[in-house]
Amino acid sequence: MTPSRTAFAAILAKDLRSELRTLQSLPAMALFSVTTFVIFRFGLDRTQLSGSLAAGVLWATLLFAAVLGINRLFVAEREEGGFDAIRLAPIDRSVLFAAKAAALLIYLLALELVAVPIFSFFFLDSAAGLVPLLAVLVLADLGLAATGTLISSMAVNSRARDLLVPLVLLPLVVPLMIAATGATDPLLAVGGPGYDRFGTWLMVLGLYDLIFSLVGYAVFDFLLED
Amino acid sequence: MYGKGLRPLSIATVAMVALSLSLVFFYAPLDADQGFIQKIFYLHVPLAITALVGFIVGGVFAIAHLRTGNRKWDAYSYVSIHMSVIFGVAVLVTGAIWAKASWGHWWVWDEPTLVSFLIVFLMYATYYPFRYAIEDPERQARYASVFAITAGAFVPLNFMAVRMAQSLVHPRTFGTANGGLPGEMMLVFLCCLTAIALLWVTLVKFELTAKSASGQVKRLRRALDAPTPGAASRIAPEVS
Amino acid sequence: MLSLAALLPLGAPALPLDEAGKYVAGAYVVFLVLIVVYVAIMAAKLQRIERELRELAGFAENRAKGEGAAPQRDEVSA
Repeated sequence: MTPSRTAFAAILAKDLRSELRTLQSLPAMALFSVTTFVIFRFGLDRTQLSGSLAAGVLWATLLFAAVLGINRLFVAEREEGGFDAIRLAPIDRSVLFAAKAAALLIYLLALELVAVPIFSFFFLDSAAGLVPLLAVLVLADLGLAATGTLISSMAVNSRARDLLVPLVLLPLVVPLMIAATGATDPLLAVGGPGYDRFGTWLMVLGLYDLIFSLVGYAVFDFLLED
Repeated sequence: MYGKGLRPLSIATVAMVALSLSLVFFYAPLDADQGFIQKIFYLHVPLAITALVGFIVGGVFAIAHLRTGNRKWDAYSYVSIHMSVIFGVAVLVTGAIWAKASWGHWWVWDEPTLVSFLIVFLMYATYYPFRYAIEDPERQARYASVFAITAGAFVPLNFMAVRMAQSLVHPRTFGTANGGLPGEMMLVFLCCLTAIALLWVTLVKFELTAKSASGQVKRLRRALDAPTPGAASRIAPEVS
Repeated sequence: MLSLAALLPLGAPALPLDEAGKYVAGAYVVFLVLIVVYVAIMAAKLQRIERELRELAGFAENRAKGEGAAPQRDEVSA
């Protein structure tokens, strides 16, 4: 294994182990999602959702839950000197970006594993749209992981870091949300899943993921300079 | 020397603006559909194009800053983005006036370009609190450059996504000024675009010159060991 | 109120001076106001720079007077 790959695996494993042991972010994100679903039920005065309304409620909730996790992503690095460790190690510093983004991706997928079935249970007539939804979830999570890691790494070294992430991240993920809801809307339609422009939206998501992964990977080095 | 060339530049700007205004009101033919309201577009669209290009330019300066480490590029990037945000306010206000005149509402979600622009504007509006939140000036400059590059990559993606989100039930009722413009209108439009672009460049240069002058004053102050008055601005990078 | 007709020479397209005129005028006025506000802000900055330069010039002159007094006497005696 090259040093970069070893470092990547090590950082990722450490992060996952730490999360499994302390269970700080994941339960909070999941609980937040479920509570938010309840709030939407009463806020919209609806017991059944379909189409664009369902897509909107689902993605808005997932996004805000993701922000909770993103806020905490680099806290351990900041407190325990992880940034210094990576600066001293003779490897490409962008490995930290890749590893943290991978960890965030896993958290988001884990969150969705819990939140999406519950959403379906609460609001949807049929779960038929959930299988193709998986593709949308994975692609959207990739984009969210890339941008979330980038913004989080900048916010963690600033004042008011809890405010900075939602403030800067939310406009940045608007195109992602447009594509994700665009793809999800027909999937959750009343008559059964539709695939209206499904491929196009997936391509937009893929493009977003590609661009921001590259940007994040390219600039991360400059973020770690002291 | 930032002030060099500022005078010919501003003279050119004044000339172009005067010419453009004259052309808009005395030469450009009246639009068949929109009537007199269409004249807003000679102002609104050049402002929008200039602002967007300005944001991208800010991103390019940011790349230069990260690559060379020279802080002057950060100042260029900041001023470019700052000026484009100000132009962005003008875009949104003139866009709202046009919307009210055309549709009766101050804002419409049906016009994808305007909506895209709003989102871009919101993105860049976070540039200021973002800079403010980072205390160390050197780190602030670096992070701001990262922001400018990320946001620059975001702009085209955003326009694409919003345009795609337009439901096929509501076709775009107003194409951009470039679509199917008769020759005279195109000429007037290009003049206005040149005028607004020149205005942007002039104001950016003006701002940089003012910053540079402040920087020289600080330098003089340091050289004379004179006491410094209040603290410097926390977010606006300095030029010396 | 500024009538747009006053800006027109003969031979310009006929203006329907109805509601439309007000909106167009409004848009251009907004543009003008923004520019003027910017000029005002820059004027304030320029004033501050002038004030600081004046202060520094005074400071430098005082210092030159203070130092200039002693060496000059030595030069004369030497």
